[in-house]
Amino acid sequence: MGKPWKIVLAGEGGQGVQSVAGILADAANDQGREALYIPNFGVEQRGGVSVAYLQIGDEPVGAPKFQTADIIIALSDRAVTRTTRYTGPDTVFVYDSGIENLKDEDLPTGVKKILAIPALDAAKRELHPRVFNVIIMGAVIKATGVVPEEKAKEALEKKLGYKFEQKPELRDMNFKAIERGAELVAEAL
Amino acid sequence: MTVQPAMPMSWRRETKPHKFCPGCGHGLVLKVLGQAVDELNIQDKMVFGCDIGCSLLAWDFFNVDSIQTHHGRTTPVITGMKRANPNLIGVAYMGDGGGYAIGSQHLVSAATRNEKITVILVNNTQYGMTGGQMAPTTLPGQKTETSPYGRDVSKTGNPTLGPEMVNAITGEGAYVARGTVSKVNKLKEYIKKALENQINGNGFSFVEVLSACPTNWRTNAEKTWKFLEEEMAEYFKVGEFKVPGSREEEGQSNG
Amino acid sequence: MTEKPVQEEKRVFMTGNEVCAWAAAAAQAEIMYGYPITPQNEIMHYWTRLAPKYNRDFLQTEDELSAGFTTAGGIMAGKRAFTATSGPGNILMQEPFSMAEAMRLPTVAIIQQRGGPSTATVIYSQQEVTMTSLGGNGEGLRIVYSTATHQELFDYTIKAFNTAWKYRFPTFVLADGYQAKMRESLKMYDPEAKGIKMVSTEPYVGKEGVPGVDRDPGHFRNTYNVEEELYEVLEQYIEDYDKMAPEVAEYEEIGSQDADVVVISHGVVSRAAKGAVQELQKQGYKVGYFRPITIRPLPVNEIRDIANSAKKVMVVESANGQLDRLIKEKVYGCNAEMIPFFKPGVGITTEEVESRLKELF
Ligand SMILES: Cc1ncc(C[n+]2csc(CCOP(=O)(O)OP(=O)(O)O)c2C)c(N)n1
Ligand code: SF4
Ligand SMILES: [Mg+2]
Repeated sequence: MGKPWKIVLAGEGGQGVQSVAGILADAANDQGREALYIPNFGVEQRGGVSVAYLQIGDEPVGAPKFQTADIIIALSDRAVTRTTRYTGPDTVFVYDSGIENLKDEDLPTGVKKILAIPALDAAKRELHPRVFNVIIMGAVIKATGVVPEEKAKEALEKKLGYKFEQKPELRDMNFKAIERGAELVAEAL
Repeated sequence: MTVQPAMPMSWRRETKPHKFCPGCGHGLVLKVLGQAVDELNIQDKMVFGCDIGCSLLAWDFFNVDSIQTHHGRTTPVITGMKRANPNLIGVAYMGDGGGYAIGSQHLVSAATRNEKITVILVNNTQYGMTGGQMAPTTLPGQKTETSPYGRDVSKTGNPTLGPEMVNAITGEGAYVARGTVSKVNKLKEYIKKALENQINGNGFSFVEVLSACPTNWRTNAEKTWKFLEEEMAEYFKVGEFKVPGSREEEGQSNG
Repeated sequence: MTEKPVQEEKRVFMTGNEVCAWAAAAAQAEIMYGYPITPQNEIMHYWTRLAPKYNRDFLQTEDELSAGFTTAGGIMAGKRAFTATSGPGNILMQEPFSMAEAMRLPTVAIIQQRGGPSTATVIYSQQEVTMTSLGGNGEGLRIVYSTATHQELFDYTIKAFNTAWKYRFPTFVLADGYQAKMRESLKMYDPEAKGIKMVSTEPYVGKEGVPGVDRDPGHFRNTYNVEEELYEVLEQYIEDYDKMAPEVAEYEEIGSQDADVVVISHGVVSRAAKGAVQELQKQGYKVGYFRPITIRPLPVNEIRDIANSAKKVMVVESANGQLDRLIKEKVYGCNAEMIPFFKPGVGITTEEVESRLKELF
């Protein structure tokens, strides 16, 4: 009970952070939990950092925007810079260890924990670059417990079921990606 | 140092790469406009007005004084400026929604008054900036966000033929043409002639440009060009409609 | 008759724009007139997908002047018509809404506020309060519901049609870009199943019979020859409005009667205000929360009571005092000190309201 999880996901357009946030929100809602998801929008769509704000809890969510996130997942150098403003002493900050051009001083300070996970690398080498965002979803689930893995898989099935029908191996790959994401976080924790 | 591709002098380097989506036609139109400005040597006199629509992304595109106005209102802003200072060369740059829907009264009235300004209107068959709704230029049967089952001409009418209309309502001294981003040399000729028409004080000049919006058309490169060169060019005839001093008035299409 | 769009009550999870389209369909709205503008677009996108299935209609006009005036025309033909817009579009619609006020047309408009002035941002603000409530030339004889949740977007979109047709004043559902674009849960229902009867519509023009033979012709106008003629009409309108006001005014409050400091906010910002007040109440602060749901007409008596009993009233909004001005007009002569907390065009968080409130103790 109590306060909802406040989650910020940020990446470059095309990295799929919005669809991850959308699927997580759906999964939480399907489970009867309360979720509030604001996609970022504006002229920024064209060539900017894409940020998703997500809150998941057991009671109706209050204000849509918040100052401090419980967890931030940043997937590019610009996403890191863009999201440090949402950090506080209780924030867990997760970023992809494969981000190029990232300097140590770009990372936030005074947070609860900073986790670097090799999601991009795992996607490329073990699965497929396309499921990078699904790995990230697995990581969020593991780090927050906002929805059980099974629910996330169901939500994925709902969203991509028609593709899975045509190519059953896609289902396997996506489900593996969730599990792999969870493992990566478990290792980093 | 990174190597920069050849840019017109009048382009503002600091704001490149530009902000349009990959494959967008706006960039091609502005390139041609930039070359025309260079060749006519009017960088110091030109005022570039852009509308709300994806044209607004060009507000800092040129090293030219520029005014980003309201949706549909670029024509009257540039008209007012030109009336107040006829030494300036006013270009009103807009989309098909801006020019033919919300701004149509301004286009009609400026054309009727034969205002000595140049209007360049980018026709991409829908509203790009707002995410792909139907525009006056949407082709019959074309699916958009507000014609999800395809444009039904029995309820929404036929696509607007802008240059044909402007041709019909302008008097002597006007220049009217329709170009396409798939034929940039011709397009440059039209835009240059349109600007010259203003420089010579002849009257209104209007160029509609057939352009591509792969983002909202949801097309790959191949399908984008096919739609532009086949379906659009079939409905919207490319060519000059009115050239001051010449007797050929009707659409002499060359495409 | 075609099937009802919403049959059984069901929990859904969707964007606010989608909610508005479903609510209008559930309220038996018959036609929407509109022009694209962010962040309102998806109301039209969903409506154009729903409409043919339920035998409803849609017209995309050439601009918002036209969208507003076609809505007025649709209403005069007796249809439950509506429109939706935002920012610069709302500006253009003030001309048709002013005619609707003058001719007592029950137009319904959903406004998704974005940043201003001018084109500004397509994201969010609460800067369309003055314009939506008071309009242009005239007296602001309108009803404005300011919603805070998706449930309210659904409830009040339905209610707007009934209030409009019952009292015949232009009625607005005032939301914002966040509400338009965010997703959260709500329950959709068929109003009739909840005992909500849709107020029946009635044509102004084209009624049965031959005008001048079977019935009087309908002569509708908004122009008058002499001052006194106008004055007489306005006196009647204002009397009707004042009589209606206490019947339609709505609010939400938590502990505002016996608090030292009361926060007044509206719309989505009240979610932050409520969170902050509840947190501080737990900590033992004597704070209260008050939120007008109708920002026009305001629940005047309740607001004056608060302004007399509390020491301080803090008005929080994503505008530079637009709600504040409406409130101040009503609390003239009351005791409480008025404290501003304005962030024009920017979202407000619970944390911010909480820390500002603490400074007042
Ligand atoms: C008064 C008003 N109404 C609506 C809008 C929203 N709006 C912004 S851009 C646009 C359409 C742009 O389409 P078009 O003019 O065809 O230009 P494109 O983006 O396709 O180049 C609209 C409707 C606005 N800014 N102002
Ligand atoms: S949305 Fe279309 S018109 Fe706008 S920049 Fe992208 S491709 Fe160009
Ligand atoms: Mg367009």
